[in-house]
Amino acid sequence: MSAVAETIETVSAVTEGGYKWGFETDIETELAPKGLSEDTIRLISARKEEPEWLLAWRLKAFAAWQTMSEPHWARVEHAPIDYQDIHYYAAPKKKTPKTLEDVDPELLRTYEKLGIPLSERAALAGVEGGQVAVDAVFDSVSVATTFRATLAKAGVIFCPISEAVREHPELVRRYLGSVVPAGDNFFAALNSAVFTDGSFVFIPKGVRCPMELSTYFRINARSTGQFERTLIIAEAGSHVSYLEGCTAPMRDENQLHAAVVELVALDEAEIKYSTVQNWYPGDAEGRGGIYNFVTKRGACRGRKSKISWTQVETGSAITWKYPSCILQGEGSVGAFYSVALTNNRQQADTGTKMIHIGPNTTSTIVSKGISAGRSNNTYRGLVRIMPRAAHARNFTQCDSLLIGDRCGAHTVPYIESRNATAKVEHEATTSKIAEDQLFYCRSRGLSEEDAVTLIVNGFCREVLKELPMEFAVEAQKLLAVSLEGSVG
Amino acid sequence: MSAALKETEQGFSARYRGLAARLPGAAEARRRAAALFGARGLPDTREEAWRFTSLRALAGTVFSRVEEPSEATLRLLARAPESDAPLIVFADGRMRADLSRLPRESEAEGGPRGGPGGERGVRVTSFAAEPSFERVGEGEPLVALNTMLAEDGANITVPADVDGGTLVLLHLGSGEAGQPPAFHPRHRVRLAAGARLALFEIALGEGAYLHNPLMEARLAEGAWLLHLRLLEESPDAFHLGSLHVALGARSRYEGFALVRGARLARSEVHAAIEGEGAQFFLNAAQMLGGEQLADITTVVRHEAPGASSRQTIRNVLTGRAHGVFQGRIEVARVAQKTDGYQMNQALLLSEGAQVSSKPELEIFADDVKCSHGATVGALDADQLFYLRSRGVPEKEARAMLVRAFLGGMLDAVPHEWGRSVLEGAVDSWWKGRPA
Repeated sequence: MSAVAETIETVSAVTEGGYKWGFETDIETELAPKGLSEDTIRLISARKEEPEWLLAWRLKAFAAWQTMSEPHWARVEHAPIDYQDIHYYAAPKKKTPKTLEDVDPELLRTYEKLGIPLSERAALAGVEGGQVAVDAVFDSVSVATTFRATLAKAGVIFCPISEAVREHPELVRRYLGSVVPAGDNFFAALNSAVFTDGSFVFIPKGVRCPMELSTYFRINARSTGQFERTLIIAEAGSHVSYLEGCTAPMRDENQLHAAVVELVALDEAEIKYSTVQNWYPGDAEGRGGIYNFVTKRGACRGRKSKISWTQVETGSAITWKYPSCILQGEGSVGAFYSVALTNNRQQADTGTKMIHIGPNTTSTIVSKGISAGRSNNTYRGLVRIMPRAAHARNFTQCDSLLIGDRCGAHTVPYIESRNATAKVEHEATTSKIAEDQLFYCRSRGLSEEDAVTLIVNGFCREVLKELPMEFAVEAQKLLAVSLEGSVG
Repeated sequence: MSAALKETEQGFSARYRGLAARLPGAAEARRRAAALFGARGLPDTREEAWRFTSLRALAGTVFSRVEEPSEATLRLLARAPESDAPLIVFADGRMRADLSRLPRESEAEGGPRGGPGGERGVRVTSFAAEPSFERVGEGEPLVALNTMLAEDGANITVPADVDGGTLVLLHLGSGEAGQPPAFHPRHRVRLAAGARLALFEIALGEGAYLHNPLMEARLAEGAWLLHLRLLEESPDAFHLGSLHVALGARSRYEGFALVRGARLARSEVHAAIEGEGAQFFLNAAQMLGGEQLADITTVVRHEAPGASSRQTIRNVLTGRAHGVFQGRIEVARVAQKTDGYQMNQALLLSEGAQVSSKPELEIFADDVKCSHGATVGALDADQLFYLRSRGVPEKEARAMLVRAFLGGMLDAVPHEWGRSVLEGAVDSWWKGRPA
């Protein structure tokens, strides 16, 4: 897309007002009855034709969940969640299609509106010369996966996790819950008990995944919680870049989303995980919107392995998300690049954890928080150096930008070091948009809104440049749309 | 909550019940504090504000109360740094006018008077004679404990536009491990508009005891308080202290604290910036070894526009010591043009040492400049090599580098005698410590 066309589109997106992606697809869905009990879990497990061990694992997680209470340490406020008032299973009634032609045309139109490069044509239009494999998750069941042939040739497994349970049980059984245990925290335990689908990726030894893998999560049916489970395993010397993007239709009720993402990187493997999150944030008064309570964690098990998280968070009424790295392997590397933008009544409490266990491990954290409207935006992060992590190194930078005088920006870093040879550095700043920068842009004929967008994009540049190309473009547009109405 | 810690809490509550009729001041404030303490007890690590600092070490100890300071405590007086400045001596938590050198106007009985402060109108009375409670301890367990049991303290007042000169506040304490005593002194500092005072607090101790001091300071418009603190509690003692300072318009609080002592120390500093253009400065250093745990927790609340706050906290840790720093800068909606800065650095000198740090920003105003930084690391190997290659022995080289790490802070102390005392404390820290 040319720069001019993109500008036109950005401007029209800004002027259109409201939530650009607020539409609801009308597809018949099969719902489990509301509420959570062992019976619900048995139903999900039976519906998905799961093996006995997985049901047992779910039930164990459920038992753990029942003993836990909802965490309240994050700086977010919301009405109590009634976990018995949620449908824990929703699946499109029609059978899973075998080819793109079989996909429900209405579903395809929805994706078209979202601009997902589901078909090859769309993918090629998205990135020139590149290819993007999409495992589209529509509500809870993956309905189409493209590019499987190319991937299969390279030995890469990229499929819905429910399929992986059937086709590759040994891999799933070995790694599922090995990074985020079933009883890790309240929301992870809930997810472990009721997860319906998600993606499974396995990159065999020494393989560089021939394309970027992409999943579009979309919450669709009214009142269905979305409990995605993603598991990515990169064997020794392999490399994969995984993109996750989210939009959700407009609706009135708050919706709970509690996903779990587990990454495992073995010797010298690299996983790059990128997210653009743009779920419905609620209206200007804070009604509706998604509750996004996500547990994302990567284990750098092998020596010199590397995991990097890049996220652009503009959506959701409430975000509670701390993509983390457990740096176990000697010389392993963790990275976290984040832009979190909140407007209106949104609340975001997000950050990362870098747990340095092995020697010579390094981590980098760059977090950019932008608060506008009446929102609250918190960076919460932990850097922990364990006694064995000799010569570990961390650098953290957290910058916050305030737009308007009704919002809040907060920084809560935890730094714990138990090794004298480790070096940890942290810096954080909070400021508003500099008057001189604004004046400079205005004097060159930019409207105030465009000037703010430009400056915010500059503020986020260090993070945006970490995103794959097509995501970076979408992310910039998202920032502009999300900031709308916050200026003047 | 462990049963043993419960026992300690119940010991405090029982002490209050036994003393209630005899305690000075508003009985109602005491009752409320006792109710707060009874309901919440001592904080534990599940509370966010105490996540790094466990009070388990207090568990099972029922602290005693002393009426008369012990001989051991009085002997500590000899260790106090020498000076001619007016001096207020607290021995085992009680003000001893006979050992003090109070300013002339002061009203404590029986002591020699006539220090230089007196001529300027500095007034010192005891809490026992003039009790008052500004806070009782809502949400502040250490304050509740103090409010419940405070028996003595110093009330220091400097009248408007008076330079009160230097005043030394000396705390001496000692006790036996079997039934260690607890002291809960409650101090109050009032600086009227334009008043100035250099207050040097020194705590020395021996054996096992609990020192739970609370200081409430109020700086009126344009007042200036230089507050130096040297904490050299006994290596077997517990120190749970809090300072609450309220800053009026264009007033200035300048604090420097050096924590060397105590088995477990928690020093809380709460600053409320209430007046426009006030300035709050805090430099603090902790030098810890052995099994020591020391925690500096600061909360600086900007509630007025145009004020600035600067904090620099440094930890030097060896042995198996654990240094903790938690610092929060809060900027309220009205506090536009706030300039807040916080720097937190730690030096780990041994394998077993550890540091925990949580610098926080909580900002609700947009036209502000706030930042914090934190670093953790070992001594720079290149610097060490440089010194060693010039023939400086390892131990000395390390001491020099540590001294340099704290040097900038000491140089900034605008009080010659105070600076020399603090420098001496930094330099002597190395004695008897393995390189």
